[in-house]
Amino acid sequence: MIFELDLALLFLIVIIAIVAITTRDLLSAIMLLCAYSFLMAVVWVEMHSVDVAFTEAAVGAGATTAFLIAALSRTKRWEKK
Amino acid sequence: MPSKDTDTGTGKGGSIVVETMTRLMVPFIQLFALYVIIHGAGGPGGGFQGGVIFASSFVLYVIAFGIVKAGNRFSERANIVLFSTGVYLYAGVGLLCILFSYGAAQFLNYGYIPLTHHFEENRALGMDLVEVGIGITVMAVITSIFFNLVWKREEVGEREGED
Repeated sequence: MIFELDLALLFLIVIIAIVAITTRDLLSAIMLLCAYSFLMAVVWVEMHSVDVAFTEAAVGAGATTAFLIAALSRTKRWEKK
Repeated sequence: MPSKDTDTGTGKGGSIVVETMTRLMVPFIQLFALYVIIHGAGGPGGGFQGGVIFASSFVLYVIAFGIVKAGNRFSERANIVLFSTGVYLYAGVGLLCILFSYGAAQFLNYGYIPLTHHFEENRALGMDLVEVGIGITVMAVITSIFFNLVWKREEVGEREGED
């Protein structure tokens, strides 16, 4: 484990999570969640847990993003104030 | 809801680059998914991950060609058959283990299935069979969830009209 890399990745993850729950554009929130999952997968690889990283990259960044975009195509893109 | 401008329906107006790249990519994604399923016993990966990757190839197909064409190619009935096949494969291997262990009730202890003469090789082969079952079920269920999310009511009517 590299401490500096972990720190930078976790810092980025926290920033992405905060932006994803505060933004009003739901499509960009979905894309931010995709980026969140991908960085989380990198963190799992950093922790030598390749199997969990594999699942995170396949389900979190792949399938869940597709599901959320398909669900978003039924509603409006912008959240109400 | 912007039903006119979102192009999730018939896939008209798709670009030739996207369609050609999808035609090229889908078999390789599926091959990689099969590799992940088979390789899962001895390394990272496994039935669940391979199934998700296999399903994501159908997601890519839907994105490029539209849900109507994809639904004609991979119908809901085939989906139902596939995901029950996977569960039956999983449970069937477990029940075979019970049968071949002669009443010792070793559910999913794959070594007892007499595929080869060695206990360890039986265990590896049984693990692969169970992984294939999990992979089939996960692939069919995730594809089914995605298709049902994308499908719109008027297109269902259109498709039933075609049949």
